[in-house]
Amino acid sequence: MTALARPLAFSIVLILAFAAVTYVLPQMRGEAPEDKEVNLGELTVESYAALGQELYDGKGTCALCHNKLGRAPDLLTYDVVKTSLERVAEAGYKGQAKDAEGYLRESLVAPSAYVVRGFGKKGSDDTESPMPAVDQPPIQLSEIEIGAVIAYLQKKDGNPVTVALPKEAPAARKPEAGAAPASAQTAEAALAKFGCAACHSVLATQSPVGPSLTDVGKRLSVEQIRTSIVDPKAVIAQGFPPIMPEFPHMTLTELDLLVRFLAQQKGSVK
Amino acid sequence: MSLPSGDLRGWVLRGLVPVLLVALLVAIGAGLPGAGAAEALAAEQGAATEAPAEAKTPADAGAPKLKRADYPRLGVSSRTVVWIIAQMHLFFGALVLAVPIFVLVIELIGFRTGDDRYDDMAHEFMKVSLTAYAITALFGGALALALFLLYPQFMGYLMRVFGSQVLVYAVLFFLESLFLYVYYYGWDALRYGNRKWVHLTLGLMLNAVGTTLLVVANSWTTFMMAPSGVDPASGAVTGSIWEIMKGPLWNPLNLHRFLANIAFGGAVVGAYAAFKFLAARTAAEKAHYDWMGYTSNFTAILAFLPLPFAGYWMMAEVYAYSQQMGILAMGGILAWLFVIQAVLICTILLAGNYYLWTGMSRTEGGERYRWMVKYIAIILVLGFLVWVTPHNVIYTGAEVARLGGGNHPVLGPLGIMPAKNIAVFLMLIYTFLSFQLYRRADKVITVEWRDWGNALLIAIYIVASANVIFAGVYYGYFTNTVYKVGSSVIQVMSTVVVIVSGVVIDTLMFKGAKTLPVYWGKVPERSQYALFALPIAFTWLMALMGYIRSSVRTHWHVYTVMKDNSPDNFIPPLATVGNVVTGATLLFLVFLLFIFWIANLSGTRQVPPAPAPRAARAEAAA
Repeated sequence: MTALARPLAFSIVLILAFAAVTYVLPQMRGEAPEDKEVNLGELTVESYAALGQELYDGKGTCALCHNKLGRAPDLLTYDVVKTSLERVAEAGYKGQAKDAEGYLRESLVAPSAYVVRGFGKKGSDDTESPMPAVDQPPIQLSEIEIGAVIAYLQKKDGNPVTVALPKEAPAARKPEAGAAPASAQTAEAALAKFGCAACHSVLATQSPVGPSLTDVGKRLSVEQIRTSIVDPKAVIAQGFPPIMPEFPHMTLTELDLLVRFLAQQKGSVK
Repeated sequence: MSLPSGDLRGWVLRGLVPVLLVALLVAIGAGLPGAGAAEALAAEQGAATEAPAEAKTPADAGAPKLKRADYPRLGVSSRTVVWIIAQMHLFFGALVLAVPIFVLVIELIGFRTGDDRYDDMAHEFMKVSLTAYAITALFGGALALALFLLYPQFMGYLMRVFGSQVLVYAVLFFLESLFLYVYYYGWDALRYGNRKWVHLTLGLMLNAVGTTLLVVANSWTTFMMAPSGVDPASGAVTGSIWEIMKGPLWNPLNLHRFLANIAFGGAVVGAYAAFKFLAARTAAEKAHYDWMGYTSNFTAILAFLPLPFAGYWMMAEVYAYSQQMGILAMGGILAWLFVIQAVLICTILLAGNYYLWTGMSRTEGGERYRWMVKYIAIILVLGFLVWVTPHNVIYTGAEVARLGGGNHPVLGPLGIMPAKNIAVFLMLIYTFLSFQLYRRADKVITVEWRDWGNALLIAIYIVASANVIFAGVYYGYFTNTVYKVGSSVIQVMSTVVVIVSGVVIDTLMFKGAKTLPVYWGKVPERSQYALFALPIAFTWLMALMGYIRSSVRTHWHVYTVMKDNSPDNFIPPLATVGNVVTGATLLFLVFLLFIFWIANLSGTRQVPPAPAPRAARAEAAA
């Protein structure tokens, strides 16, 4: 019995010694992110940017990679607005942004649009970013929250905050239908995802069911194009049936991609 | 013993049977629709919160979006209940899957050498595994009950995703039971001649089924970490069961668990041998259990040495899948747990080395190498100190301001992985040196080129150590962060070269070597405590690393697909983690004592009672 008692005591002491190590280390609790209630009526530029800073360090998990350890550019060490404008002006820039705010938004929701040299995914030759789109899981920032992060990034170096203060809460996302695919990253992918070519002539396809989109940029303004996608029944094109559905699962990124693409379609009427 | 060609052909044919069986099972699994047979369960789950209404089949239904009120409450933390039961199931599952692997190897060695001692030892190892099997099943049943009771919607979703694959798992479980019992109880009936081949084939089948069980169960775990074969937005099934199973982390986890299980199983049966050694009353018993303990330690450390390589592969895949997930584990809140990991792994290495050093006293030749022990010990301790230095944690601006600075100016450089890689690879290299010295302790090398051979070995050790240090320093401190992982390739190769060349050169040098007598059982009793330290550290480590692997999902049941909105969806403080892991380890220890006791009891025979006094007197009178 003694033969067993000593090793047993030894084993228990060893187990407790390992447990003791956990007590001398910092005790932190990692909370799951919670959607914060934002009182839109009381929102100021300062409080909006402060919310952005909170999101940058918390729910947005930006600081996890954007820090001094070099996994991603340390955004706190340089003027991101100035750098954004430089990148938009680069000859090789392939994104859609025209200004710093647009670039920052694009880098948040479509990080691979511009990959900073040396920070691409391994083996991608800096064509693919390892950063997740922040409007998608696991981060899932809302439009208001994305705006807040942009406001914070603009304000931290004393630049004017150009992002508009939200006036009303965006419509709550409806639960995704059974097999809703992921957010499209290009206009072509968005056209394919929402089946636009089934009714409209667009790109290389022809369809007489709805008005042709090959010249829509000449016929409609950017706002009219946006309205006709968001609320297809608002204005019915003459001579065509009112059958265009709404797209409740279309993300704002996809909407932007489509509007920008369609506004550029100024070909001849077919 | 060389195999006659007929035997070899028979062996190959026999070997094909389990391979075909596994292929058949995988084919069945791959051919099954993801949701086919889960309709009943899915119908039950039809009312799951906010499941898409228009889903045509259960597979079309995405992951349910749960609210806090959807989780059943029992008055205790559901996560802790599931955590402890799952951990116990994993401990015992690892043991029963691993032991037959090295038992089969030992049995084969016994058969080839004709040495019955190997056969007896292998049979005794299986005795431990057999008792553990029943406990594994008990905890497996308890785990399933707890999961369906406490997380019904989550389990409903997993059932819809994996569908009939769980039936394959059930079939495999029955086959595992069948082969295990026939293999154990048929041991003596199938001991010699051709019958031994039948027995070995049964062992191979047992391991083939066991390993398939492991990889099937792993697919559930890796699906939760990095889902594949489902729509990323809704979680609806879009791929075949094969696409669901072969996520990016599946194979890294398969390899990691396969090796870790063997190391863990070796360590546990080593404790059994140590327990029997300390309780032994005769020199023969002591010699037997000393040898058994040595074999167990050898198995555990041998499987442990490649584990860091499997670990790096796993983490590299985690980073490739989600950099955020990787950083959370290695540089976020979970990074502190690697301090404990360092303590645990260093305990394992120190215990393993100490056992080898004390084991050199079994032979007079060991004295020749004793002077090297203190230098190996210094390297191990220095490696431990570097490894135990906390990882550099990501601080926010506010935290830096509160702390008065970021990472420590002197110790900070030791807080990144390349520094720790240098430490761990040097520790592995010099642990192998302990092995090499132990193997040489009972031999006098007689080949003429022995001086050249030794010089070559020394050169290999020096170059490999320099490589490990240079690669760590260069990639760690003079290149971009994303290339830091590049250092591990050179370090892994250097370590592998040391091990492989060490084995090859020694094997050549041992030809014609004079063998000194080995006195099994002549080791100090304190050496046996190393055999207790090993399973304790392995058990704690297994629970800790399992927790880290699971926690990187943060507040997701299935990462990015199904959110965890339960009251336990936070990452608990480290002391809480320590308490749960300690509780599970203590519980495992209690069950282990029971298993050892049962195994011991089965070999105990009651002494026949003395004749009654009256009968004795009558006998005397007659």
